[in-house]
Amino acid sequence: MTILHGIGIILIIAITIAVGIPIGHYLYQLFGQETSKTDRFFLPMEKLLYRLIGVNPSVKMDWKAYLRALLIVNLVMMVFVYLVLRLQGFLPLNPSHKPGLSWDLAFNTATSFITNTNWQSYSGEQTLSYFSQMVGITFLQFTSAATGFVAAIAFLRALVAHKKEWIGNFWVDIIKIHTRVLLPVSVVFAVVFIALGVPQTLQGTAVVHTLSGHLQAISRGPIASLEVIKQFGTNGGGYMNANSAHPFEDPSAWTTVLEMVLMGSVSAGLVWTFGLMIKNRKQAIVLYVFLTAILLLGAFVIYASESAGNPLLTHLFGLQGPNMEGKEVRFGTSLSSVFAAMTTAFTTGAVNAMHDSFMPLGGMVPLVFMMFNLVFGGKGVGLLNILMFLIITVFLSGLMVGRTPEVFGKKIEAKEIKLATMAMLVHPFLILIPTALFLSTKSGIAMLGNPGLHGLSEMLYAFTSGAANNGSAFAGLSANNVFFNVTQGIVMILGRYVSLIAMFAIAGSLAKKAVTPNSVGTLKTDTFAFGGVFVAVFVIVGALTFFPALAIGPIGEHFSMWSALNGHP
Amino acid sequence: MVTVLRSVRFTLVFALVLGILYPLFVTLIGQTIFPYQANGSLVTWQGKPIGSMLIAQANTSPGLFSPRPSAVDYAANNSGATNFGPTNPALFKEVKANLLAVQKANPGIPVAAIPMDMVESSASGLDPDISIANATIQTVRIARVTHIKRSDLLRLIAQQEHHSFLGLWGSDYVNVLRLNLALLKKEAMRHHG
Repeated sequence: MTILHGIGIILIIAITIAVGIPIGHYLYQLFGQETSKTDRFFLPMEKLLYRLIGVNPSVKMDWKAYLRALLIVNLVMMVFVYLVLRLQGFLPLNPSHKPGLSWDLAFNTATSFITNTNWQSYSGEQTLSYFSQMVGITFLQFTSAATGFVAAIAFLRALVAHKKEWIGNFWVDIIKIHTRVLLPVSVVFAVVFIALGVPQTLQGTAVVHTLSGHLQAISRGPIASLEVIKQFGTNGGGYMNANSAHPFEDPSAWTTVLEMVLMGSVSAGLVWTFGLMIKNRKQAIVLYVFLTAILLLGAFVIYASESAGNPLLTHLFGLQGPNMEGKEVRFGTSLSSVFAAMTTAFTTGAVNAMHDSFMPLGGMVPLVFMMFNLVFGGKGVGLLNILMFLIITVFLSGLMVGRTPEVFGKKIEAKEIKLATMAMLVHPFLILIPTALFLSTKSGIAMLGNPGLHGLSEMLYAFTSGAANNGSAFAGLSANNVFFNVTQGIVMILGRYVSLIAMFAIAGSLAKKAVTPNSVGTLKTDTFAFGGVFVAVFVIVGALTFFPALAIGPIGEHFSMWSALNGHP
Repeated sequence: MVTVLRSVRFTLVFALVLGILYPLFVTLIGQTIFPYQANGSLVTWQGKPIGSMLIAQANTSPGLFSPRPSAVDYAANNSGATNFGPTNPALFKEVKANLLAVQKANPGIPVAAIPMDMVESSASGLDPDISIANATIQTVRIARVTHIKRSDLLRLIAQQEHHSFLGLWGSDYVNVLRLNLALLKKEAMRHHG
């Protein structure tokens, strides 16, 4: 551990937050106001897309119509990509003649990418053609990010609506986020990534004779165009099996820092958009302070445990140094640690080091961040989770001080609380039940790549990742079998859409309510005291539900490691 | 039904724009402005392509620098790691085997001086870089085999060393293929001169 590297970590997180604020402002102009300065430039292109798709931009939708359009288009895109993957062998841009995927793997992959999870039961360079990487993977990495984003925007509109039914036009919103945010940023930074060494080619595998005279087949492809939206859309699914640890996906310290800023800036920026929408910047600042603190704390816990190294290797062989198993030299422990913290906080799921080989406590932080699922969180859905817990916190504190619970001028009643609780409870349910199911079956145990308590963490991590729509893995798990692919596919779908539907129902109910002006009796939510209660609520809820699993997973492994060293095995 | 039809049209139009036009446009720009990077940073030696500057390759020659251990035997079409957990006996076995191989190739190095990147496998199996300590240890062997002075080899490492950004992001390291090509150039010059 060095002070300079510590400053380096803080600097990355600071840059991400700082870049997020102008982005948040821009998003507010685009989606929170009737017209925007960028209309003149983008409207002609958007009008063409409206015509091609058959959209009437002047239609206003209530929450049910908005949600219906969102769900149907998601289903259609998922079926489309399922077919692309199944028919891969007959489609063009397949220089290595890769065959179509099995039905369960295609199902798992299509659900994984439509839900913004990007869990991968396959190895990218071995399984997918260039066509599948482009039309299957890259395509959904845009649209799934856009889906989460417009859901958050619709919710924010409902929050500030005064006795209204409608919350916007889904088609206008989802087209706008592509044309004015995702696509321009992706084009620019894809070129930057190429300049920094990420390949972008349609030529097939390069075959060379190495200096030692061996044959080496080097996979490449249209990587840069995928890499940008993989990060910027908080997707995380890599072109290559090794994801951002692969030198073609992430060739230097500069690219890895850029990837972190890309993955974090919009989710961080949305908190600012939220503050602008409700006309209360202090509310946003309170959230920034607490969430950034948690993110920093997590990054430093990983960094401390990884740079301290593996005491068992010192004990057995006399080796001394940081834990470099499953890490790359160009990143070292500090950039690997902060990347692991950010990729799980922002629920991206890209990895530039193998989390499975982290020290027990270093590997626990990503797990806990996915269990929280709201340390800024993924594109759009992160903000929705924050708002869900805000509603629950307001309700609990309202009970404690005996005031009518209100958020941002809207009364919270039984209906909202029931829906928010449902959205909250689905998360632990989707993690713990399948983990228990798989660990109690022989075929589940056979999937584990590591013995003992670490094996339990491996399975727990897989379903936490699926339910949180994160996509990273303790990758020792051999995941590609029918039983797992189907179960994980269902977990990802429920993890995404159950809470989304519940939040839309809350939005519909809130939009209709009148905004009541603040009075002396209003519980203030934009104070640091309330922020503290907010953190306490989600930590306690998280800790109570997940602590037993963590205790026999990473915590148990940590203590058994040290007791083995002290001669009490 | 209108929504389903609109969804199908949306899917087709956006799959075309995001899945075909966007990657092709980026490919066109990349291939025009940065063809070297866009095609995988391939390098040639004596007129033949011998690998990618970004991808580690197996080394069986004692007169060249070796990369880090690889879980996938440097298969650049099948990246991956061991994914061994910190308490897994398989990790100890793997590290022990790597340690013995390092000690066999570079006799006389005390264990405490061996950096971890030399005995622990990388995340991609294709890590093209090694730490400066790793390269320095290997100079003893290479000097003995190639009869290039060790001080010259150390100077070569210093010349090829990649410095981190103000010490904040990453550490200093050296790219193995870059280093080996510099070494071969030096050898070739010595034979000719």
